[in-house]
Amino acid sequence: MSDEYNNNKSYQAQSSEVLDGSAGSINPDMDYVRPAEIPEQDLYHAHSFIEKWIFCQDAKVIGVQYFLTAVFTGIVGLILSWLMRLQLGFPELAGFMTAEHYYQFVTMHGMIMVVYFLTALFLGGFGNYLIPLMVGARDMVFPYVNMLSFWMFFVAVAVLMASFFVPGGPTGAGWTLYPPQTILEGTPGSGMGILLMLISLSLFVIGFTMGGLNYMITILQARTRGMTLMRMPLTVWGIFTATVLAMLAFPALLVSAIMMTLDKVLQTSFFMPTILKAGEVLEYGGGSPILFQHLFWFFGHPEVYIVALPAFGIVSDLISVHARKNIFGYRMMVWAIVGIGGLSFFVWAHHMYVSGMNPWFGFFFATTTLIIAVPTAMKVYNWILTLWRGNIRINTVMLWCLGFIVTFVNGGITGIFLGNVSVDVPLSDTYFVIAHFHMVMGIAPLMVIMGAVYHWFPLVAGKMLSETLGKWHFWITFLGAYSIYFPMHYLGFIGVPRRYFEMYDSPYMTSAVGMNEFISIAAFIVGAAQFILVFNIIKTLKTGKKAEQNPWKANSLEWYTSTVPPEHGNFGERLPVVHRWPYDFSVPGAKDDFIPQTTAPSEVANTEVEKT
Amino acid sequence: MSEQKIDGFELKPGFKGMASDTGSDQTMFKGVHWGKAMMWIFLLSDTFVFSCFLISYMKGRGSTIVDWPNTSEVFSLHVGDVPVPLLLIAIMTFVLITSSGTMALAVKYGYEKNRKMCGWLILATALGGLTFVGMQVFEWSKLIHEGVRPWGNPFGAAQFGSFFFMITGFHGFHVSIGVIFLFIYTYKVFAGHYETKKRGWFTKMKGDYVEIEILGLYWHFVDLVWVFIFAFFYLW
Repeated sequence: MSDEYNNNKSYQAQSSEVLDGSAGSINPDMDYVRPAEIPEQDLYHAHSFIEKWIFCQDAKVIGVQYFLTAVFTGIVGLILSWLMRLQLGFPELAGFMTAEHYYQFVTMHGMIMVVYFLTALFLGGFGNYLIPLMVGARDMVFPYVNMLSFWMFFVAVAVLMASFFVPGGPTGAGWTLYPPQTILEGTPGSGMGILLMLISLSLFVIGFTMGGLNYMITILQARTRGMTLMRMPLTVWGIFTATVLAMLAFPALLVSAIMMTLDKVLQTSFFMPTILKAGEVLEYGGGSPILFQHLFWFFGHPEVYIVALPAFGIVSDLISVHARKNIFGYRMMVWAIVGIGGLSFFVWAHHMYVSGMNPWFGFFFATTTLIIAVPTAMKVYNWILTLWRGNIRINTVMLWCLGFIVTFVNGGITGIFLGNVSVDVPLSDTYFVIAHFHMVMGIAPLMVIMGAVYHWFPLVAGKMLSETLGKWHFWITFLGAYSIYFPMHYLGFIGVPRRYFEMYDSPYMTSAVGMNEFISIAAFIVGAAQFILVFNIIKTLKTGKKAEQNPWKANSLEWYTSTVPPEHGNFGERLPVVHRWPYDFSVPGAKDDFIPQTTAPSEVANTEVEKT
Repeated sequence: MSEQKIDGFELKPGFKGMASDTGSDQTMFKGVHWGKAMMWIFLLSDTFVFSCFLISYMKGRGSTIVDWPNTSEVFSLHVGDVPVPLLLIAIMTFVLITSSGTMALAVKYGYEKNRKMCGWLILATALGGLTFVGMQVFEWSKLIHEGVRPWGNPFGAAQFGSFFFMITGFHGFHVSIGVIFLFIYTYKVFAGHYETKKRGWFTKMKGDYVEIEILGLYWHFVDLVWVFIFAFFYLW
């Protein structure tokens, strides 16, 4: 370790004092770290405003660009959900909405939130910002390709948003885009709308592939000295595994998008069976709609974990830091992430129980689906055991983490209902499904995102977000989200179907009316509460107090950069050298309750550190 | 990132070696250039793309309501008056596989810093690829002339034309991209950019002959995919 790098004396001071002359007995090799295998990265520094802030090759700026673009699409998705809730709760106020509008909003809300918001935010946003910092790299390994990745995503978003303004409007086929109705006349947006959606998805996949290659190679081939895979923060493990899933699952989406585009534009019949319309046989014939469902869900199910795994990883780190305790069962957590990722490729047809499959097929997929509960439950137990007897700090970040755990358990348990064929069939296509997946892959990952924003904002902006506003934001969101989705389970049980524009003429649904109004009011409040965060960020940027370096007393490398916020190249003159995992909190015998990853063993020789 | 050296690190063979590489710090694939690792992973992803295409093709072909056209008739070429099945495809395949050979030689001469030979062999590869694309254009226009369209054809199931144009088109697109890059790298090698360490036009990064190997990986992959398309489309 070089003297130049170790300018942070606060945690070094103990070495000579505490050891008290016993230094001579220390094995001189205990601090040994293998010499550098790879030369310094050749970095291209920006020379102009455009190169620095627009077509920027710095992963941190790209991460923020991804984040802001994704948040913009997220706000569009939020507004669409408000409009849907207005129609469901107070149809008399939503006179401007037709059934076509409603279907279009459902579709766009789903697609935006899953792909353009959550995926882009976790992998593009947090991935770009945190991976190089956390593994101790100067930047992503291919900065130029990384820049292209963001701009490809940007174009994809632009094309998607353009579909709101074309004749016929955006597609209204449901976010799953099932053929044959998706491209047939009569479905809203079956003209330009669906075409732009398919083009946008293809662009997204191409852009993501560029980014994904960067994330994977940076993690595999550009770690700093001493950083083994099993010393990486779980955030990196989560993002890495999600990226692997995305690289293998997005091809199915790309292929199905290409085939459907051809069905639409060239009248091929990949997915289109023989169709009678008003007594006339259409041009189509001989295709298989079920084939699309298989392709779509081969992408669609791993996609759930592409969103969930980064959230698992990030929340593990947040809990560990804010409970001042090492993560319980680190290796188990890593293998659980990898195991969930691997299993997620063998469960896709549990989305298709009502498509008319062979019952044995359903049996197989129900089994694999329930097996996923094992590693997932392991993770939940480990989070709870990490909290157990920890020095928990109930700050905003911790509140979001606790909110995540309960919400995730809640959504996970309803998943066990839906994973079983015989229970799923009556619940399929009801509000129970809506409640399940919003809890498990909507609200739960969103809570992690919020926690992560409060946690890493001091690093990105160098200022501390307001805790008071943060707690208001949390409690309104948490209680509000439960007010929205808890009643939906009941709605599902009484059989209220999803995706219906209007349903008050059915006598058995009278009890749903009041509940729908309640849910809608909660949805308006929760949506509005998200702007507390926007306000908090703007206020903090203007008047917030300056953050000290490493305000949470965390161990991972991103807090030990040469400047805060980190500059291009991240670590100044010398790259850090890593000696331990990032979870050495509250170690008996240590001076502070945390030991940074860069602390050499000889500096904390008389402590009971776990060997990592 | 061009010249990687592994100081004091011995690569152990077998599973133990793999485990120790995986468990070590810094890199998982010891001494493997970043770009090369990237290309391998990209090709894995691309394999999934082509697998999805071919599996969809198998499913589509298996469930059509009309019989599939007789491929040995449809893909035959008339020499005089005698129809020779698969003649054009055999030539196309031969050209593409040969270009894989010249590519492999180009990589070898590249690492030997034999600039001239490397350049000529990349050029030969590019011309081979171009010939392949040209013959594909001929094949497409012949089939279109005979009435095969993406939405239907006179020989049988409409999906024949759909899958044929889509999959060979997607493969041909890969070949075309490869040809463009082969020409660019022909220029870069002949102009001596790797000797002078000239920075790239876009990426502003210094290059190295390892880039020829990375391009070679892509090219061999495209050839390998063709073998599968050949087997599934023309021989089935």
